[in-house]
Amino acid sequence: MQEKLHALKEEALTKVAQAEDLKALEAVRVGYLGKKGPMTEVLRGMGKLSPEERPVVGELANKVREAITTALEEKKQRFEADVLNTQLKTETIDVTLPGRPVNLGGPHLLTSIVTEIEDLFIGMGFDIKEGPEVETDYYNFEALNLPKDHPARDMQDSFYITEELLLRTHTSPVQARTMGEYRGNKPVKMICPGKVYRRDTDDATHSHQFTQVEGLYVDKNVRMSDLKGVLNQFAKQFFGEEREIRLRPSFFPFTEPSVEMDISCKVCHGKGCSVCKQTGWIEILGGGMVHPDVLKMAGYDPEIYSGFAFGMGPERIAMLKYGVDDIRHFYTNDQRFLTQYHKA
Amino acid sequence: MLVSLNWLKQYVDLGSETPESLADKITKTGIEVEGIEYVSEKLNHVVVGYVESCEKHPDADKLNVTIVNVGTETIQIVCGAPNVKAGQHVIVAKVGAVLPGNFKIKKAKLRGVESNGMICSLQELGVKEQFVPKDLADGIFVFDEEVEVGRDVTSYLNLDDAILELGLTPNRSDALSMLGVAYEVAAILNEKVQLPNVSYNTSTKRASELVNVEVEAKEDNPYYGAFVAKNITIKASPLWMRNYLMAAGIRPINNVVDITNYVLLEYGQPLHAFDLDKFGSNQIVVRRAEAEEKFKTLDEEVRTLNAEHLVITNGERPHALAGVMGGFESEVSETTRTILLEAAYFDGKRVRQAVKDHGLRSESSTRFEKGVDPNRVKKAGFRALHLLEKYADATICQGVSEYDALDYEEKDVVITTERINERLGTTISDDEIIVILNKLQFNYTQSGSSFTVHVPTRRQDITIFEDMLEEVARIYGYDHLDYTLPEGGQFAGKLTERQALKRFVKQVMEGAGLSEAITYSLTTTERATRLVAPDIKVKAVSPVRLAMPMSEEHSTLRLSILPELLAVASYNQARKEKDIALYEIGTVFVSDEKEVTKQPKELNRLSGVMQGAWLSHPFQQEQKSVDFYVAKGIVETLIERLGVDVQFTKADIDGMHPGRTAEIFANNQSIGFIGQVHPTLAKTYDLKEIYVFDLDLEYLYDAVDVEPRFVQIPRFPSMSRDIALVMDGVTPSGEVLSTIKSAAGEHLYSVHVFDVYQGDNLPEGKKSLAFNLRYLDPTRTLTDEEVEASYMHVLEAVKARHGAVLRA
Ligand SMILES: [Zn+2]
Repeated sequence: MQEKLHALKEEALTKVAQAEDLKALEAVRVGYLGKKGPMTEVLRGMGKLSPEERPVVGELANKVREAITTALEEKKQRFEADVLNTQLKTETIDVTLPGRPVNLGGPHLLTSIVTEIEDLFIGMGFDIKEGPEVETDYYNFEALNLPKDHPARDMQDSFYITEELLLRTHTSPVQARTMGEYRGNKPVKMICPGKVYRRDTDDATHSHQFTQVEGLYVDKNVRMSDLKGVLNQFAKQFFGEEREIRLRPSFFPFTEPSVEMDISCKVCHGKGCSVCKQTGWIEILGGGMVHPDVLKMAGYDPEIYSGFAFGMGPERIAMLKYGVDDIRHFYTNDQRFLTQYHKA
Repeated sequence: MLVSLNWLKQYVDLGSETPESLADKITKTGIEVEGIEYVSEKLNHVVVGYVESCEKHPDADKLNVTIVNVGTETIQIVCGAPNVKAGQHVIVAKVGAVLPGNFKIKKAKLRGVESNGMICSLQELGVKEQFVPKDLADGIFVFDEEVEVGRDVTSYLNLDDAILELGLTPNRSDALSMLGVAYEVAAILNEKVQLPNVSYNTSTKRASELVNVEVEAKEDNPYYGAFVAKNITIKASPLWMRNYLMAAGIRPINNVVDITNYVLLEYGQPLHAFDLDKFGSNQIVVRRAEAEEKFKTLDEEVRTLNAEHLVITNGERPHALAGVMGGFESEVSETTRTILLEAAYFDGKRVRQAVKDHGLRSESSTRFEKGVDPNRVKKAGFRALHLLEKYADATICQGVSEYDALDYEEKDVVITTERINERLGTTISDDEIIVILNKLQFNYTQSGSSFTVHVPTRRQDITIFEDMLEEVARIYGYDHLDYTLPEGGQFAGKLTERQALKRFVKQVMEGAGLSEAITYSLTTTERATRLVAPDIKVKAVSPVRLAMPMSEEHSTLRLSILPELLAVASYNQARKEKDIALYEIGTVFVSDEKEVTKQPKELNRLSGVMQGAWLSHPFQQEQKSVDFYVAKGIVETLIERLGVDVQFTKADIDGMHPGRTAEIFANNQSIGFIGQVHPTLAKTYDLKEIYVFDLDLEYLYDAVDVEPRFVQIPRFPSMSRDIALVMDGVTPSGEVLSTIKSAAGEHLYSVHVFDVYQGDNLPEGKKSLAFNLRYLDPTRTLTDEEVEASYMHVLEAVKARHGAVLRA
């Protein structure tokens, strides 16, 4: 009996090996393992064996069955793989053709720059404040130490609506408003981005509407060295660690002392080139220590509180950082311009 | 302010500073040097020559053959200049000289005649056109005063000068004078200032005997001084003075005018010289002009004055518009023999008014407008008299006829070392403060660490502690300040909820394929009122217009962003960018007044424009253009993400397609609209089928309801039913949907339209809408019976309300 099983196994494995397709393989399976097949027959004959022989033969029969099943299964998988491979071959596409594009828009370059500035200052503990674009003469000028007859506030420079209302010429009134809101008894740490307007004829470097980001920090014992430290931190984060800053004295009616900040030229690293007009430096922002009159008008006692303020123009920054050569590009909204800055 | 360094050296020792190193120091200390201009390049072999003879060239009409003595030798030069003559002292570039532009002077033969050098014009030496006096523009330069034959011309002509262009901030009007700049440079270099010579001899005649000064407008004119100089000879001013004036950008005229200009630049004090013989009286009266008073200024324009203007009169009629311009009648001319020299202090406001009304800004008016130094007014007069005696042969009358109510006092500002250090974050010592004050040449009284600074009147900008703080800081050097971070409590910065939402809205728009645009807030009045959203229209009485617009194009504040975005679409389309998807978040300006008296409301809107291809994948034959539903899908997605419930209703809005426009409502409040722009309006922009939307962000920001909390994922399956209904073609699907929602009962989980059909197999004018309804009970599995019951309810309701029946 055992020999018969061995012979059966050899015979069946040979047939499996010879089978040329799934159908032939199925015939082998039915032929050997089917209800009418020789294996069934062998197993049926088990009853006639002695109790000693029975487990031995039984075990052998199972092994034979297993060996045949495994062989069948392996061969079947091979056939199926072949079939699949043939099918996949017919499904081949040109993977080099373009995919279906995802419609993705993107932010305006000015927004990207403002957002980056906002986030840097949020990281330094500043809040974002906004205010009206149509301002009162008081907040736009008077509260900022620009009284009515001040030469720096010629009617010719601003868009007035009435004698008391005008389009704000800077975002500084937001600072005055915020200080007023805090009523002189808590620290102010804010950034105010927004649109501003001046009576300029639009050309490559002038725009009657443009963007400003200004900052204000008022607290007890704020020092000028703090202004330098904060601006330095901002400049390094925004323009790059390798950039140096330089402060120069300047003048603004709402700060005293006043500063202008230059950063070292990216192109020549301070040696002088055409980009920086041979100076090695590029002017980036203005600022200073908040003028005591501005503090006073907003209800802060300049004997106790001091602070610094600064302001910059995202258009100018964009022009320097990306080489945009005409300020009008920002407001023309040519889609070919807009999409240039949508990449990461 | 243009500063000639050769001139500056008359007052302060510049040591070994180069123009560049000095410019850098001045910039860092507080006055920006915006440029350095060199008068000429370094020249060799260019000397003074004396033309001994000058004959016509035998073979050329326009050439002359000259014999020129150049000191060491006498040479023959062929010269083409029309103004060359024997007996002139001229500039000679000898053989071997290299002129600007690498022009090498060699031995040459011109039409057969030997030429051993060149007689030069100023331009040929590299002097820029703007510095060359008008009468010298077309010929060689001829010296009109004694010069040494054979000497290098560089110093005679000030060719080695460098000119710094100072960009002055409004507070630093003290640097509108050479002396002011000298004090600044002296502070930087720790040098002393050498003051000019102001001495002169006087005749026995007193000025007060010849003129009497009466000031009526005392507020406008706290000081008026009249000097008299007689026996004047009008001629050219000395070459050195002409050189300096040219360097400062002023064209020389004659000695008297040049001297007043020279002193103006030197002291920052404008002076005016009247021809006393033509003055018409010996009485000077300073008063406000009368209404409609006429006055001919020296530019021969007749000006009409009014009571806002200050005039210098002879008791009858004006001879000068104070501080701005003199009169034609008493102008100094070739024949002038006696001058009345005015040194006065005019109030800046008065001068500014005249400048504004007559468009006459000048070197004089600029200085009066900013305020001159009281202590230099009279001194400038002395200085001019010194120069008039020297260079105009003047006989100076004794004294001055004057009105004087001027405040000459120095203001005191108290500083303490402690407060300085507190504010700057420095550790400056008392001694260092003293060094700084000395550099500035400020007098002070010290008491321990406290200094009472007596601020010189030349520095009118310094009035409070902070002004002195800046002086100390800039002389100490901004570079030497530390980098510190504020020591106050550190708070965390954060966006407000609105600011965060704005960023979110932008993300959704950009994710949906729209690019952000930023347009102008100012537009035409006509455009300002186009495509105004219904919710804005009811609030805005009229658009807000500027009082004095620069142009109609930017005259009015917008009430809608859409007209601007359409203009952008039009611009892009004209440049073959036909597929457009843009959005803008911005402000519209809404005033409820007819005549604006208070700030308009500034309302945030989200607007978008879309046209052209939306989906394009040509080789897969996928092409889809933007249509109403594309735009609506974007708006719906945004609103859904903000968690706001809205309804869309067919609407009629000016400028919009009457059949393809929906107004958007939330809580029965209009919050925007969406649709196709009316073809007639689109055509004005050269556009065709273009879709727009406009949303009230103020409402959406407030209504946002998205508190993310965990909601159990349903454990029981939902059940789905489809229902196809036939109804009138005009029935809005949205209304049917609402009916289904209210009729389907509590287990209805979702319902949406999945098919719209109109055409074959349906009666004329009818359409079929197919809805998919999903039912869910989170606590159990629903029974078929329950779903069936709801389904029947729905059928009854749609029949009753819309006459809709099940599609066969
Ligand atoms: Zn550079």
